[in-house]
Amino acid sequence: MELIVAKYNYWIYVVLMMIGFYAMIGKRNLVKKLIGMNIFQTAIILLFISAGVKHGSKIPIVDKYEVLEKGVDVATIVNPLPHVLMLTAIVVGIAVTGVALAILLRIYREYGTLEEDEILEKLGK
Amino acid sequence: MSASNLHMYVMAVPLLTAMFVNLFGRRSDTVIATMTIGSLAFSSIASIAVLANVLEVGRISYVAGNWRAPFGIELVVDPLSAVMLALISVIALLASFSTLKSVGQELPGRGHQFFALYLILISGLMGLVLTGDAFNLYVMLEITSITSYGLIAMGKGRAPLASFNYVIMGSVGACFYLLGVAYLYLMTGTLNMADLAQILPTIGGGAAVATALGFMLVGLWVKMAFFPLHGWLPNAYSLAPTGVALVAAPLMTKVTIYLMVRIMFWVFSADFLFIEHALAQSGIVWAASIAIISGSVMALGQRDLKKMLTYIIVAEVGYMVGGVWLANSTGLTGAVLHIVNDSLMTLCLFLAVAAIVYKLGGSEFDRLQGIYRKMPITMAAFTVGAFSMIGVPPTAGFFSKWYLILGGVEAGHWEYVIALVLSSLINAVLFFRIIEIGYFFKDENDHGHEKLEEAPLAMQAPLLISAAALIVIGLSSGPLVESIIKLALPAGF
Repeated sequence: MELIVAKYNYWIYVVLMMIGFYAMIGKRNLVKKLIGMNIFQTAIILLFISAGVKHGSKIPIVDKYEVLEKGVDVATIVNPLPHVLMLTAIVVGIAVTGVALAILLRIYREYGTLEEDEILEKLGK
Repeated sequence: MSASNLHMYVMAVPLLTAMFVNLFGRRSDTVIATMTIGSLAFSSIASIAVLANVLEVGRISYVAGNWRAPFGIELVVDPLSAVMLALISVIALLASFSTLKSVGQELPGRGHQFFALYLILISGLMGLVLTGDAFNLYVMLEITSITSYGLIAMGKGRAPLASFNYVIMGSVGACFYLLGVAYLYLMTGTLNMADLAQILPTIGGGAAVATALGFMLVGLWVKMAFFPLHGWLPNAYSLAPTGVALVAAPLMTKVTIYLMVRIMFWVFSADFLFIEHALAQSGIVWAASIAIISGSVMALGQRDLKKMLTYIIVAEVGYMVGGVWLANSTGLTGAVLHIVNDSLMTLCLFLAVAAIVYKLGGSEFDRLQGIYRKMPITMAAFTVGAFSMIGVPPTAGFFSKWYLILGGVEAGHWEYVIALVLSSLINAVLFFRIIEIGYFFKDENDHGHEKLEEAPLAMQAPLLISAAALIVIGLSSGPLVESIIKLALPAGF
C-alpha cells in the first residue's frame, strides 16, 4: 500500500498507458483508436514530467549574472530538461494526430464510416 | 563548409530543398526534378567525401548550436554512420529518377507535395544515422514516420486505411522507444549516447536498465517490422504510390536495423547484452529464425509481385536481427554487410517493379505473362536482383548470406542456419515462379508477336546501375569487408 501511495505518479502513468493500449487494441472505431494513442503518449509525458519534480523547489528561471558569480544550487530548482523534452514530444504528438485525422477524413470520404468492421465489410464485398 | 561539418550539410540540403520544392514546384515538374536530383546529387557526393574522410581520421562530431556535448545535441559521424549516410543518399538519388517518372504518372499535379515530403523523409533518415543523442533520435524517428504516413496515404483505394494502421503501430513503436529513453534518463541523467555508454557500466545492470533496453528494442522492432510486429508493413508498402515504396522499402527497415546496432553496441555494451542476458540473446536468435521462415512462407501465398517483395522484406529483417544477435564478429559483419547489400537488392527489385507498374499499370502475377519479351532489359536487371535475393554467387546477396551462415555455425545456432537455408530455397521458388510466368507463359490477349514496351530511360538507367552494383559489390566483397565494414563494427568485434 505504501508503495502505491508514495509512487502514485508512476502508478497513474501505468494505468493511463494501459487505458490507451486497450483503446488502441480493443476499440473498433478508428477515432477511438487514435484517442487511445494520444492517451498512451500522455502517459509517457507524465512519466517524464514527474521525474523532474523536486518538492519545495523553485521554477528554473535564474538570474544569469548571479549564477555566473555565485553558481546555482541545483537542489533548489526543478529540473527543466524533462519539460523541454516533453514540449518536443507534445509537438510530435500533435503532428501525428493531425496527420492521422487528415487520413481519417480521407477514409470517411471513401467509405462513409469510421467503424472498422463496417469498413472491412464494405471491402469484403 | 569544412571537413568537420560537411555531414551536417548532407542532411540539411535535402531538408531545405524540400521547402523550396513545395514553394516553386507548383509551376512545373522540371523545377521539381532539378531541385530533387540536384540536392540528392550534392548529398551523394558530399556523403562519399565524408565516408572517405571518416575512414581516414575516424569519428567526427559536429555540435549543433554550439552547445557542447553532452548537454547539446551532437551530430556524430563514425565509419558505420558514414557508410549508412552514403548508402541513404546514393539510393535516394538512384530511386528519385524513377520516382519522378512514376509520380508524374500516378499523382499528376501533386509532385510538389510529394517531393517536399519525400526529401524531408530522406533527410530524416540521414538525421537518424547522424544523431548522437537518444532523444533526438526519437524526434528523427518521428520525422521519418510522419512523412511516410503522409506519403503512403497519397496512394489510391485502401492506402489511407493501411496508412492509418501504420500511424497507430508506428506511434506505439516510437512511444516504446521514448519510454526506454525515459528509463535511461531517470537512471543516468543524460541523453547523449557517448555519455550514456560511459555512465551505464558504472551504475550496474539493474532491472531498470534492462527494462530500458527492452522497451527501446521493442519500439525499434515495431518500426523495422520484425515478425510478429510486421503487420503494418506489407499493406503500407504495397498500397502506397510506387515512388514511396522505391525509397521506403530499401531504406526504412535497414536504417532501423542500424539504429538497433547503434543502441546495442554504442549505448549498451556487448558484455551487458550477451553475457548478462545470454538467455534473451538466444531467444532473439530463435525469434529471428521464426521471422525468417514466416516472412518467406507468407511471401509464397501472394499473387502480386509488389506484395510478395514486401513479405520478403519482413524475412530479410529477420536475417539481420538474427545476424546482429549471434554475438560473434562473423555474424555482425554479415549483418552490416547485409544492410548494404539488402538495401541495394531491394532497390533493384523495386525499381524493376516501378518500371513494370509504369508500363502495365499493376504488378499482379496475371499481368506478368510474357513480360520477358515485352521488357527484356527491365527483366534482365530484375533477374540479377532476384538472384542476389536468393543468394546466387557472384551477386552481393550471396556473400552477406555466407557470412551470416558462417556466423550461425560459429555460434552454434543451428535453427538460424536452417532458417537461412530454407528461406533461400523459398526465395528461389518465389523468383523462379515469376521467371516462369514472365518467360514461358504467353499473354492470351496478345496473339503471335508481342511488342517491345520498355520503360523510359529515366527508369531503366538507375535499374541497370543498381543491378550492376550488385555484381560489382559481390565481386569486391572481400576488399569491401576488409577496408570498410571491419572499421564500422563496434569495438571488440
